[in-house]
Amino acid sequence: MLGYIPIGFAYGVLAQKAGLSIWHALAMSVFVYAGSSQFIAVSLFSAGVSPLSVIITTFICNLRHMLMSAALSPHFRGWSKLEQAVFAYELTDESFGVHTLSFKEEDPGKPEIYAVNIIAQVSWVLGSWLGCTMGGLIPTVEPYGLDYALAAMFIALLVLAISDRIQAAVAVVAGILSLVFMLAGLDQWHVILATVIGATFGLVVEECTRTR
Amino acid sequence: MYLTIAGMMLVTFFPRVIPLWFLASRSLPPRVASWLRYISPAVLSAMLLPSIIAPDGAVYLHWENLYLMAAVPTLLVAWKTRSLVLPVLVGMGLVALARLVWGI
Repeated sequence: MLGYIPIGFAYGVLAQKAGLSIWHALAMSVFVYAGSSQFIAVSLFSAGVSPLSVIITTFICNLRHMLMSAALSPHFRGWSKLEQAVFAYELTDESFGVHTLSFKEEDPGKPEIYAVNIIAQVSWVLGSWLGCTMGGLIPTVEPYGLDYALAAMFIALLVLAISDRIQAAVAVVAGILSLVFMLAGLDQWHVILATVIGATFGLVVEECTRTR
Repeated sequence: MYLTIAGMMLVTFFPRVIPLWFLASRSLPPRVASWLRYISPAVLSAMLLPSIIAPDGAVYLHWENLYLMAAVPTLLVAWKTRSLVLPVLVGMGLVALARLVWGI
């Protein structure tokens, strides 16, 4: 979860450079709380794109969380609707990765599950705030490698999420498809499409190897 | 501006909560449950791969693509240490170091 401070920082710096007020930038981290779509929103705002387009882009970009929410759902059987909502509000790419890993061992229980989410969002907001306030002091985040924090985090989460050969094959297929779809111009849709096809591929392979 | 942020909040929150609301209380058919187990590696890889192979939107297979080069040691550290924090620090550190040394 420490990974969130540098990524939040990079977001804050970017928002500050794009001319967003600190309150708007922080409001996004508190109320929207969606890393990659906040980065996209900042660049869209500075490009003067209409509010409606920003909302639609955010929606498409965050549709992948539907799949993450569905994937985690078997572990939330005894939870009330309100408790599920509180959890889902803070469900992000990174917290999804962390929860997937912890559910692999044994159910960590509500307090720990909430604690992971709260620590992650506090780190995100703190990082954003630091980035906004210190953005004027540094020209870019590149010399510090901060722009690599998100990719490095995904690498670690991916490596830890893979526990058998089929899952590894799924990761390869989904990754390549996602790249191909992105290059083909399926802007924002490439992740969700590649994920659905990749997971289906995994299921087919699993069924084929089992019957043999 | 705040209205836009409120709109972003709604379109972010509902996709996150609806599957949980509808699926958590049901017992899923075994095939659906198996399918869901592949979501995690699929979605993480689908987000990662384009960002390191084509960081600026075009395929960039070159040793100067630091995002791709740093991915190898980052992956190895994650694999060997089973840690989340360590690979992030190694990845960022290597990217920063390469820029300092070679000025890429």
